Amino acid sequence: MTAPTIRDYGDRALLLECGSTDEVLAVAGALRDAELPGVTDIIPGARTVLVALSDPTHQAPTRSRLAGIEASAAATSVRPDHADVVIDVVYDGADLTDVAAHVGMDADGVVAAHTGTLWRVGFGGFAPGFAYLVDGDHALSVPRRAEPRTRVPAGSVALAGEFSGVYPRESPGGWQLIGHTDAALWDVDRSPPALLTPGMWVRFRAVAAP
Amino acid sequence: MITLEVLHTGPLALVEDLGRSGLAHIGVTRSGAADRRSHRLANRLLANPDDRATIEVTLGGFSVRVCGGGLDIAVTGADANPTVDGIPFGANSIAHIRDGQVVALDVPPTGLRSYLGVRGGIAVAGTLGSRSYDTLSGIGPAPLHPGDVLPVGEPVGHSPELDQAPVAPLPDGPVELRMIPGPRYDWFVDPDAVVRTEWLTSDRSDRVGVRLVGPALQSRWPGRQLPSEGALRGAVQVPPSGQPVILGADHPVTGGYPVIGVVLDADTDVLAQLRPGQPVRLRWSAR
Repeated sequence: MTAPTIRDYGDRALLLECGSTDEVLAVAGALRDAELPGVTDIIPGARTVLVALSDPTHQAPTRSRLAGIEASAAATSVRPDHADVVIDVVYDGADLTDVAAHVGMDADGVVAAHTGTLWRVGFGGFAPGFAYLVDGDHALSVPRRAEPRTRVPAGSVALAGEFSGVYPRESPGGWQLIGHTDAALWDVDRSPPALLTPGMWVRFRAVAAP
Repeated sequence: MITLEVLHTGPLALVEDLGRSGLAHIGVTRSGAADRRSHRLANRLLANPDDRATIEVTLGGFSVRVCGGGLDIAVTGADANPTVDGIPFGANSIAHIRDGQVVALDVPPTGLRSYLGVRGGIAVAGTLGSRSYDTLSGIGPAPLHPGDVLPVGEPVGHSPELDQAPVAPLPDGPVELRMIPGPRYDWFVDPDAVVRTEWLTSDRSDRVGVRLVGPALQSRWPGRQLPSEGALRGAVQVPPSGQPVILGADHPVTGGYPVIGVVLDADTDVLAQLRPGQPVRLRWSAR
């Protein structure tokens, strides 16, 4: 792993550029463990970690401290045997047939591929509790829908690009829907409120419709 | 217990404090007062801790009745000619309001957002450690409606000492914002066009972002996708239209548009007071 490039992000944050999502998660984890003074948020992206600071006086000292942080090699992605979270899915999504045709499989093949490897929580965004899941089966790479839906139900399990994700609540959306789950992705009365947090490993499990 | 009964809200009235930190990685943005400096000033005048909640009133038209006892209040930010039972008491100063009196905020002649602070703070229930309403995700106390009754918190510490703070009026002409080149500065054919242009504030601006209108900034690589990266208030994002958006308090936590510059933290409070049509100049800052 090479040391991330550190860039100023205004006068109250630093952006670390990494080579891969694995590296992003290793760096974000190391930063979280380091509990640096003045750091208010550590925000992983697809290839970056944004480190938000409580005020501009922390910019220069944090830059020096970051140079000393090394994500340990052990933190990088060795695929674990067990998932941190198992999500039960009924594979009945409106786009399942289209996805199957696009990737050259039948619907059962898509389900087998989606449930057959662990996915990793890369980063958040879009809505509270939404997780961009990475490192799944690359055969499942599909474009977004040409026409986004104005209403995607909560619990919809979806694919777009290299990512999979679960809609935490009803919202508009352009991802391809392959199934749905009853799992509560977001609950403000739970601690933490998000079921999925960056770095976690996730397995999807096919279940029959109740 | 002292309460405020909401009579009128104007276009938008929200309870805000300094927002939520430490949750961006699970999709929860900071939120909080759009103009934190004015929010803090209201608290300071009232000898409240900085984190007590105030009411953020957008473009006036707001009134409340004080119930259950007397109360010290202060109005800061855009000067909305605050009155008690119709008598003006002046922005950026403390006024003592008696039980049953009505406090009203008019449409400010300049600026956009006024902050009504009360001694003890607005004590509605919080969510995830803050009493701020996040307009993007809907987390926090709902936007105010006529008939809402807001509890006032217990004052802490000594009584207010300042009774007035000198504050320059908000400008109605061009506003200058300082920024530092952003991480994707080099994605643009002529990035310095962003500082040569006199931009206009779009009427489609809100707490999520201030949209600027002007000649489109040209990407060096049209159609190139930026992998999503973290975002913060003050980031100047450039979507494919080439018209920049400066992110505000309720910005998305990650975004896929290149950031050409990031406005200095102090200047993001000025940003929160821009009115539709107001000219904006950006300039590169040495830190």
